[in-house]
This record gives sequence, C-alpha cells and structure tokens, in this order.
Amino acid sequence: MPDAARYTVTLAACDLAVARGGRVIVDGVNLAIEPGDAVVIRGPNGAGKTTLLRAFAGLLTPAGGEVVVSDDRQRVFCGVLNAGKPTLTVNENLRFWAALYGARVAAARAALGLEPVEHRPMRELSTGYQRRLGLARLVLSGRAIWIVDEPTAGLDAASTTAFERLLAEHRARGGAAIIATHEPLDAPGARTLELQP
Amino acid sequence: MAATSLYELANPVRFERIAARAFPVSLIAAALLGAFGLYFALFNSPADYQQGETVRIMYVHVPAAWMAMFCYSAMAISSIAGFVWKHPLADVAAKETAPIGAAFTFLALFTGSLWGKPMWGAWWAWDARLTSVLILFFLYLGYMALWRAIPDKTRAAKLAAILAIVGFVNVPIIKFSVDWWNSLHQPASVLRAGGPSIHADMLTPLFFTIGAYVFGYVALLLASMRNELMARRLARMESASAPSPASLVER
Amino acid sequence: MSAFFAIIARDVALAFRAGGGALQAVSFFALTIVLFALAVGPDLALMSDIAAPVLWTSALLATLISLEQVYRPDREDGSLDVLAETSDVLALTAFAKATAHWISTGLLLTAATPILALLFNIEGPALWPLLLSLLIGAPGLSLIGSFAAALTAALPRAGLLIAIIVSPLYAPILIFGAGAASAGAAGDPQYGANLALLGASSLFAAIFSPLASAAALRFNLD
Repeated sequence: MPDAARYTVTLAACDLAVARGGRVIVDGVNLAIEPGDAVVIRGPNGAGKTTLLRAFAGLLTPAGGEVVVSDDRQRVFCGVLNAGKPTLTVNENLRFWAALYGARVAAARAALGLEPVEHRPMRELSTGYQRRLGLARLVLSGRAIWIVDEPTAGLDAASTTAFERLLAEHRARGGAAIIATHEPLDAPGARTLELQP
Repeated sequence: MAATSLYELANPVRFERIAARAFPVSLIAAALLGAFGLYFALFNSPADYQQGETVRIMYVHVPAAWMAMFCYSAMAISSIAGFVWKHPLADVAAKETAPIGAAFTFLALFTGSLWGKPMWGAWWAWDARLTSVLILFFLYLGYMALWRAIPDKTRAAKLAAILAIVGFVNVPIIKFSVDWWNSLHQPASVLRAGGPSIHADMLTPLFFTIGAYVFGYVALLLASMRNELMARRLARMESASAPSPASLVER
Repeated sequence: MSAFFAIIARDVALAFRAGGGALQAVSFFALTIVLFALAVGPDLALMSDIAAPVLWTSALLATLISLEQVYRPDREDGSLDVLAETSDVLALTAFAKATAHWISTGLLLTAATPILALLFNIEGPALWPLLLSLLIGAPGLSLIGSFAAALTAALPRAGLLIAIIVSPLYAPILIFGAGAASAGAAGDPQYGANLALLGASSLFAAIFSPLASAAALRFNLD
C-alpha cells in the first residue's frame, strides 16, 4: 500500500462469545474499532485473551455473536509464535510472507532493523530478533487491522520503543490494532480493556 | 415421519424419554427375531446340496456383512447431519454407531472365516468380498482412533465427521478395486435383479436374523447414546463449578 | 497464484533442509526394499517376480512416514494461521501443500526407482511400467495422505494414527499401481486398464482431497 493511502477499515464485535475446549470462557464482548484506534487487552493468564484475539482475527469460529469487518482481507494476526521457519533465513521467511500477502520485503525488514541478520537462519537468532521477525510480518502485510498477542515479550527497551513507533505510524495512516499484553505499552489514546471473570 | 419430529427427537430430553421406551422394545424384538431366526436356521431349513450343514453359518454371516455396511452408511449419514445441519444428536449417533458397526464387521469376518474352513479348507481366503469387509473393518478402526485421539470433543466430532464422509465416498471405490483385484468371487445372490435365487426356505431364517441384527443395532445404539449423553451431562455438572465466562470491561 | 507456487517452493526447500523429511523418506524407501530382500532370501529370480509389489509397498510406506510433516509443523509454529489468513481458497492451499509433498517424496522415490530396481534385476524397457505407475500413482498417495495429515494437524504424535486412517484409503491406488507395474512387466493386456484406473484414482483424489483437507484444517485452526 502506498504511503499516501489511508486505511478505512473498521471492525466490530457484537455480543461475541468464545469457547475453549468446549466451554465458553469469554462472552458478551462488544467492541468497535475505527481507523486509527488502538485497543489494549489486559487480564490474568488463562482468562482467554489469545482465544478472543483469534476470534477477532477470524481464525476461530465464535461460540456466539459475530465479528464484522468492513474488509475481510485486512486483518493480520501475530500470535505468540512468530510463524517463521527455523531452517529458513530471515530473508527467505520474509520473501515467503511477501508472496502470500502480495507485498514487498524491504520496508518491513528495515522497519524492524533486521538487516544485520537478514542472511542468517531464523533458528540462529536471539529471542528478541526472532520476535522482531514475527512482528515484521505485521508491517509487511500492509493490512489495516493488526491483531497481536504479547508483541513486546522478549524484546529489549529499544526494540519495544521501535515497535511503539511503528504502531503510532500505522495508526497515523488510519490503521488500527488490537493488542493483548501484560507489559506496559506506550500507545497514546489507546483504550485499555480488561478481561474480568 | 414428519419433518419436524426429527428435530423434536434432537432435543436430548425428548430423546431420553423416547429412548427409554424404545430400548426395551427393540431389545425384545431382537431377542424374539433372533430366536425365531436361529430355530429356522438350525432346524427348519434345508442343508445345501453342495455345502451341506455348513450353509447354516450363512444365517449369521450374511446379515452381519450387511450390517457392517449398513452401520457405516448410518455413521456417514449421521455425520452429514451433524456436520451440515449441526444436528445435536447426530454426532453422538455417529460416534456410537462406530463400535457397533465394527463389531458387526468383526462378526462377519469371524463367521466368514469359520465358514471358509470347510468350504476352502483354510480359515482365510483372499476372497474379494471378505477382503472388502476386512478393509471396511480398518476404516472403522481409523474413525474410532481419530475420535479417541482428539481431546476436545467438539473438534473431534467435526473432524471424525469429515473422515466418515470421506470414507463413505471411498467405500464403493475400494469395493471396486478389490473386486478388480480378485475377480474370482460369487455373484451377489440375494439382491440380484430378477429376484432371489436361493431356496425360499433359506430366505425365511435369513430375514429373521437380519431383523434381529437391525433391532439389536437399534437397542445397542440407544443404550450407548443414552450412556454418552449421561456422561456429557455429568461432565457439564462437574464443570459447573468452573469459573463463569470472563467479560471485557473498559478500564 | 504466486502464493500457490511460493507454498510449493517453501515446502520443498524445507523438506531438503536439515531436519526435512525428503532424504529420510528416500532412505526409508531403499531400506524397506533391502529388508524385503533379507526376508525373501538371495533368490534374484524370485525377487524380480515380486519387484512391482515390493517397490510399490515400500513407496507407499515411505510416503506414509513423511505425512506427519505436511501440516503439523505449520500448526506448531503459527504458519498455519498465516496460510489461512492469506488464502482465498483454502482447498487451493491444501492442493499446493500436497503437491509439495509429492515433489519432495513421491517424485524423489520415483527418481530413485531406476537405481533400486537394479536390486531386482530390472533394467531397460522393463522399467517403464514401474516408473509410469509410480509417476501416476504417487501424486494420489500424497493427496490422500495430506488429507489425513490435515485431520491430525493439531495432534502431537499422530504418525501412527495417520497410518491407520490412511492405509485403507490407499487400497485402490496400491491395487491399480502395483497391478499396472506387474501387468506391464508381464506383458499382460490388463496393463492399460490398470494404468487408466490408477490415473482415475489420482484424479479423483486431486479433486476431493483438497476440499476435504480444507474442511479439516478449518477445525484445526482453533
């Protein structure tokens, strides 16, 4: 997507309920996401943050209610796993994703500062660099709604700041994000929601 | 049966009420038909001019082979109902039909082997129909193994349903390939166009025993479905103490 | 369409990297043949009589052991989510995955067959029926097998389960494939018919297996 273009994608959850192992663990979720929005979801371990994110991403069929997106192909999900292949190099992983999303590699690689390790297989990278590679997919996808699980886990302070800057730029272009995290995240104007039993 | 009554049956409470009454009826029907069938099979039907007394194994073997196929079809149809129309009891019916069908399949193989010893002089011959039934037995095993392997029962129901449907589509292809593989087999004699070719006195016990098998299947299915539903109710009661669903609140 | 070929290229690359299953499968193929020979005895005439069934069974088993690699790693590292969210038609993605599996196992086994056939004293024109049957039948094995892999994508140790699920479904391809190879070697007129039925089985699998795999994958995303 050219830099000048702005995203106009919206997402809404209506009375959403999600189940894990056949049991409803979160229900009554109503949420509206407009361009530029950021939502931070907090809550104790096992409350169902990841399950809820997967439902927002359209990867999990809700147990009740629905998730409505104005453009179905504008969500990108980045879970705790980085979705890369350990035996492929950073560039090979990025190129594969670029082919899937119909995007280019260079901007995302630069945005996450991956050039120093671009020719190394993913399994040789530190945890922090592996996470950066995982997050690079958000930028690379060019999609409007980022749905991210624990983006900054394993990142040092500088990398966390870099992610916060990328998030701000993404929102400035009309992008939106739903982020589940335990860690502090500097996202001005973000709504914080808590999963409470 | 009216279209609505199927959905009424889908209500577990209503199912329980109907099953509680239908179970003893089908059990008694199976026992009576089985008793009549065995009487005619053993005492009131002619011995075969070629196979002699051993032909009487047919009365337990042939219906078992039919039931093997019948149960697989029932399993596939229940799976389609569970998959497409999300019929609540259909998944349970499919799951509980599998071991019964596998038992009929095993019975068909076992009696086939017993029948084979005097006929072929060996406990097993790679006869086309027997081989097809053996492969059908392995299809049942795969289906049951998949159910057992997946801990989340809602997911297991969906995936097992897909496997049952795929298996059902493949049954005629497997049957054809095995026939091709071994074209030396007897032509199907009862369901042949132009009417049955075997002696009418042999048909009477056959129809009794097939009736006994069908009602036996119904009785076993109802009993195991009631068990399964009770087990699920128990699991639900135990998980009632689990924390209630979380909700998302603005902070 | 570039995504389709990117998936094939990546999976084939992964199969040949360290930890990939391609070389293991072809080694297993060769080993099974040697084990058969050890069990049968050093009778080359007998071995060449049973060459077609032995090679076909070994190829089937080698395919079987590598099936677990089709979807489980993708599900474990999060790649399956990426495939799902970028896929327009999930069945087409499943078709690409099955094709990659065929290239990294079936095609490789077929390529190794002329060398392994020497162990059965088969060479020259006698090799053609064997190669042709594997070339037509092995894609069917990968297609049907990848369906079982899709069913069990979320299960940690599914190798044996996949074998139990898929073996009965393999019966037609084994019958027509080994049948074609044997008939071809013997100059039997049934050769063509077996080959045609083998082709029909693979084609049938090519149409229905990706659809069934896609349906199974949807339930393995949660």
